[in-house]
Amino acid sequence: MIQNLIDGVLTGAYLSLGAIGLTLVMHILRFANFSHAELLSLGAYAALVCDALVSALVPVFAAKLGPLSLTWALTAAIAASMVLTGVSAVLIDRLVFKRLRDKGQELSMVFASFGMALVIRNLIGLIFGLSPQLYSKDIAFAVLLSQDPLILVKPDQVFVLIAALVLMMILHLVLSRTTFGYSLRAVAENPALAQVNGVNLSRTIMAVWVIGGGLAAVAGVFYGLSHQIIPVMGRDLVLPIFAAAIVGGIGSVYGAVLGGFVVGIAGNLALVILPSGYTPSVPFLLILAVLIIRPYGLFGEARA
Amino acid sequence: MIGVVSYLVFFATTASILAIAVLGLNLQWGNTGLFNGGVVAFFGAGAYGTLILGGMPQGAHLGGFALFYPLALLGGMALAGLMAWIVGLLTLRLRHDYLAIATFGVAVAFENLVRNAEWLAGGAKGVRGFERPLRAMLGDGFLYNLCFLAVVLLALVATYLFLERLVASPFGRLLRAIREDEEAAQSLGKSPAGVRLTAFVTGSVILGLSGGLYGTFYAFVSPQDVLPTLTFQIWAMLIVGGSGNNRGAVFGAFLIWGAWTASGWALSRFAPVEAQLYTGSVQFVLIGAVIVGMLLWRPRGLLPERLVVSQRGKTPLAKQGV
Repeated sequence: MIQNLIDGVLTGAYLSLGAIGLTLVMHILRFANFSHAELLSLGAYAALVCDALVSALVPVFAAKLGPLSLTWALTAAIAASMVLTGVSAVLIDRLVFKRLRDKGQELSMVFASFGMALVIRNLIGLIFGLSPQLYSKDIAFAVLLSQDPLILVKPDQVFVLIAALVLMMILHLVLSRTTFGYSLRAVAENPALAQVNGVNLSRTIMAVWVIGGGLAAVAGVFYGLSHQIIPVMGRDLVLPIFAAAIVGGIGSVYGAVLGGFVVGIAGNLALVILPSGYTPSVPFLLILAVLIIRPYGLFGEARA
Repeated sequence: MIGVVSYLVFFATTASILAIAVLGLNLQWGNTGLFNGGVVAFFGAGAYGTLILGGMPQGAHLGGFALFYPLALLGGMALAGLMAWIVGLLTLRLRHDYLAIATFGVAVAFENLVRNAEWLAGGAKGVRGFERPLRAMLGDGFLYNLCFLAVVLLALVATYLFLERLVASPFGRLLRAIREDEEAAQSLGKSPAGVRLTAFVTGSVILGLSGGLYGTFYAFVSPQDVLPTLTFQIWAMLIVGGSGNNRGAVFGAFLIWGAWTASGWALSRFAPVEAQLYTGSVQFVLIGAVIVGMLLWRPRGLLPERLVVSQRGKTPLAKQGV
C-alpha cells in the first residue's frame, strides 16, 4: 500500500511535467493536442542519441553519478534533448497547426494532432526499431528503505522526483515573477487585448511550444529511466497526461502538477483493488469522476 | 475467376460496413462539428452487443441469450447509443476539447475492459458461439457472402437515405446552425446542448449498426477488432471523402479501404522480408500523413459539402414595387 503510494508519487513526477506543457498549449491555442505525448517519446529518443554521442566523444562523462544510473553524458543529453524537442514542437506548429489556425480551422487542429501523433510515433518506430531501449544496460537496484512495511525505491526515481520538483519551481518563478510570465497569462486570457498591449502573439506562442516541448523531453527521459524507451510510449502516456490536465483544470499549471500526482497515485493505488490489466482505464475513470463532480477541474475556470 | 469475384464481394462487404460507420461519424463531425475520438468504442459496442445478445450460451462469458437476430442487432445499436448518451451528457455542455478527450478515453477503456474482463466478453479470446443468421438455409459459402453483401448494401442505402432526409429536414438545418454559430442558434431559442446530444447519440447508434454487421460478418469479435487503428481509418475516410457530404463519406470509405488493403498487399508482396515487421508502421505514417495533408491542402475533402440555402429570403418589398 505505502509502496504503491510512493510509486504513484514517482509516476506523478513525469506525468506532471508532461501535463504542464499540454495544459499550456490547450489553454492558449484552445485545442486538445493529442500529439503532445509524442513529444515525450521524441525527447526520450533525442536524449538516447545525444547520450550515445557524448559518451563516445568524451568517454570520461560516461561514468555514473553515485548510486544513480544517470551519467554526466545523460545529463548533458537531457539538456540537449530539451532544446531539440522544444525546437521540434515549434517546427510542428509552424508546419501544421499554425497553418490551420491561420485558415481559421481551429476544430480541425484536433484531427491534425492525431494525424501528427501517428506520423511521429511510427517514424520513430521506423528509425529506431520497435524493440525497447534503455539508457543504461546495468540493472538499477532498488534500495530497501524499510522492511515492514516493505518499501523499495530506486535512486533514479528519487532523482527524477527531485529534478521534476526543481523544474516546476523554476517554471513557477518564471510564470509569476517575470514580464514574460505575465504576457503568457495575458495571451491566455485574451489574445487580442494582449496584442493591443504590446505582447508579441506569435513569439508567445513559440515560447509556449518551447516550454511545453522542453518539459515533455524531460518527462520522456524520466519515463525512460523508470521504465523503458519504446516507440509506442506516447500511446500509453497520452490518456494519463490528458487526465492530469483535466483533473487540474485545463490551463492551470499548478493544477497540472497536482493532477499529474493524482493520476500517478490513483493508477498505482488501483493496483491494490484491481487486476493490473485494468490500469490503463484508471485515467479515464478519473476524467469521468472529475466531469461529474467538478467539470472544470481543481483549478480551472469555466470558459466557452 | 471465382476467386477474384469472391474477393470483390468480401472487399465490398467490408467497405460498405465501414461506409455505414463513416456516415455515422459524418453526422457527428461533418454536420454537427462534434469530435468523436473513440469511434471504435461505439463500433465495438455494436459488435459485442450483437454477438453477446444473439449468440448461443457459452460457459465462459456472459451471453447466450440467443435472441432473434434483428433484435440482437438492435440491442447492439442500443448499447452503442447508451454509451454515447452517458458520455455526451457529461461532456457536451463543456468546451469541445472535453468531448474529444472523453471519447478517446472511452475507446481506451472499452478495449481495456473487453480485453481483461473474461466473464463479460471472453477476454482476449473474444466472443464465440455466435451463429450467423440463416446459415442453415444459405450454407457457409459464396452464396451466403453474396446475400450478406446484399443485406449490408441495403443497410448502407437505408442509412444514407435516412441521413440525407435528416440533414435536409429542419433538424439538419438546426445542426448546421449550431455548428456554425452556437450563440446565434441559442438566441433563436434553440438548445444547443440537447441538439448536440441527439446528433451524437444518433451518430453513435449508426456506428453501432456498422459494428453489429461487422461482428455478424465474422461471427466473432475480439479486442483486436477494437484497436484505435479503426478510429483513424474511419476518420481518414471521412476527411478524404468530404466531411459534411454523405456521398463523400461513402466514397471516402471505399477509396481509403481500397488504398489501405492495396498498400498492405503491396508492402507484404514487395517489401524485403526483414522489413515486413515494419509494414504496419509505414501504413500508419501514410494514414497520418493523409489526414494532415488533406486538412492542410484540401480541408473540404474530395467531395465537399454542398452549401444549401434552406429558404431564400423574400424579395425586398421595394423590388416588388410596393
